Amino acid sequence: MKSPEQTAQHLASADHIRNNPKFQELVSKRTTFAWTLSIIILVMYFGFIGIIAFDKSMLSAPLAAGSVTTIGFPIGVGVILAAIILTGIYVYRANGEFDELNRQIIEESR
Amino acid sequence: MKTIKTLFASALAIGGAVLTSTAALAAGADLGNAEKQPTNWHAIVMFVIFVGMTLVITYWAAKRTKTAADFYAAGGGITGFQNGLAIAGDYMSAASFLGISALVYGSGYDGLIFSVGWLVGWPIILFLIAERLRNLGKYTFADVASYRLARMPVRTFAATGSLIVVIFYLIGQMVGAGQLIKLLFGMDYIYAVMIVGALMMVYVTFGGMVATTWVQIIKAGLLLCGATFIAFGVMNHFGFSFEALFAKAVEVHPKHLAIMSPGTLVSNPVDAVSLGMALMFGTAGLPHILMRFFTVPDAKEARKSVFFATGFIGYFYILTFIIGFGAITLVSTNPEYIDAALGGMNLKGGNNMAAVWLAHAIGGDMFLGFISAVAFATILAVVSGLTLAGASAISHDIYASVIMHGQATEGREVTVSKIASIGLGIVAVLLGLIFEKQNVAFIVALTFSVAASANFPVLVLSMFWSGLTTRGAVIGGTIGLLMSVIMVILSKAVWVQSFGFHDAIFPYAYPALFSVPAAFIGSWLFSILDNSPRAAQERAAFEAQSIRSETGLGAEGAAAH
Repeated sequence: MKSPEQTAQHLASADHIRNNPKFQELVSKRTTFAWTLSIIILVMYFGFIGIIAFDKSMLSAPLAAGSVTTIGFPIGVGVILAAIILTGIYVYRANGEFDELNRQIIEESR
Repeated sequence: MKTIKTLFASALAIGGAVLTSTAALAAGADLGNAEKQPTNWHAIVMFVIFVGMTLVITYWAAKRTKTAADFYAAGGGITGFQNGLAIAGDYMSAASFLGISALVYGSGYDGLIFSVGWLVGWPIILFLIAERLRNLGKYTFADVASYRLARMPVRTFAATGSLIVVIFYLIGQMVGAGQLIKLLFGMDYIYAVMIVGALMMVYVTFGGMVATTWVQIIKAGLLLCGATFIAFGVMNHFGFSFEALFAKAVEVHPKHLAIMSPGTLVSNPVDAVSLGMALMFGTAGLPHILMRFFTVPDAKEARKSVFFATGFIGYFYILTFIIGFGAITLVSTNPEYIDAALGGMNLKGGNNMAAVWLAHAIGGDMFLGFISAVAFATILAVVSGLTLAGASAISHDIYASVIMHGQATEGREVTVSKIASIGLGIVAVLLGLIFEKQNVAFIVALTFSVAASANFPVLVLSMFWSGLTTRGAVIGGTIGLLMSVIMVILSKAVWVQSFGFHDAIFPYAYPALFSVPAAFIGSWLFSILDNSPRAAQERAAFEAQSIRSETGLGAEGAAAH
């Protein structure tokens, strides 16, 4: 439970943060970045599902002449790897650049 | 094959904890060599070791579980890496280990569609949900949904959504556990279900989130090691050439080349997209998963946990795929594993045994026992997480917030939570017994569909849309909840296969394509039509909420007390 003084302090710093241009910068940068990556993964995944839904044969082409491995394999595994890589990219930028900006904002609100 | 067995034996010998038990295992080996031994002693000995370890941890955790923050969130003291492993342990169920490898065994490529779907929810959780959830909430996702909305209706709704997901998920796990243990350990279904129920009650009631977390971490470690070893054995057999593995699989599988591309699993576009939506957005609406984000100290660690979890889970799904193909090549070709009465590719004990028999083909009796014990441990870890999430919905959301209007003491709240854990354990055992003979295949579709249609829309809108009001959230979420449940009941899996009606009323297998948009549209429509003074206040409160959700200023440090 927070004491009333603490709450009042929070409200005061909240007001300060709202007017800090760095806060606007953080929110717009991080939101844009998060939604861009979300759209990438959505397009990749529903693209994959869309191929399965509408034209399965696209995934049955052999990877190389005479090979039984189809291009469906690298595509499916590729979506899994892309998901891991995209989360890595987000965490790298959010825990570095964005958190530094966030730290400055909170510092300046004190 | 011989070298792998030696490798595994030495790997076992290295493990300090296992070292002491080598004598017991060696004694078990003699018993296990007898043909058709109904009781699998290797598995039982290894399982007893696992249970012993987890009970020691529970005892240790119980001494550290004093406050509500300890009980619900392990005091917020879990690191991102530990939480990533625990999330993986919470999420990688026996259904995904045995089920996906069985699916690959039966249909090849189709298994990959599920694997991909079960993974792609994670980036979405990271980009849109994890850090905001951590910054706004304390113990449950209802904390976040009700942050600026009316406490009573929103918490009641969120707790209901959580409990429905938890109970259905528990049914699937309990029935799976009973069948699996009956098969693996030669134990009666009823005892199997009761052992699972009793152990999960002990973990959760005494050890709370600390014990649950460590059970999940150990299980994730064991499962990842076991699956890695099987996959390594398979690849080693084929000279680490996927082409050689696939060529052999195509040669021996009755469907031949058809296993190399998407088949009949997803038969129409609506179901393909609908299943995709349920898997992707459902993951982001599972209460036991969302709850794990409150165990880390801040948003930074919350993000790291998703990265590690995604890595572990993705790696695991790639392994299950290799395991499925390995089973086609090494298990289906060996009459020892084939059900003599059914013939063909039908495995003894059903195709869910593909991974287990493959473990035997690669590592012999002892490794079969190890994998069986891991499968049992997997179920325990998942049901413990579910029970804790269900218990916190009852105690933190319904008891403390709705019934006691936030006036309950911390001690009472934890007590209610423990009683709720025991209650949920009993309910889970009873449901496990009731559903023993039922086909529970629809349960996964139902669980993920409800999570995607009820919990996910309300959570996302409450964090991102300033216009959301209490009325909109409750009506929209309820629409999603009811539509998803009713559509699954009216679908073929329940209406025809369980109730015995001739034709399904809802023509598709998965409702998410309809119920998720309905929940979003319902929430939007009833929010913009809401002209009450309360609604105006709620919209105005969004700015303060967004400052906290974006910066973490004022966020509940679960450890700060």
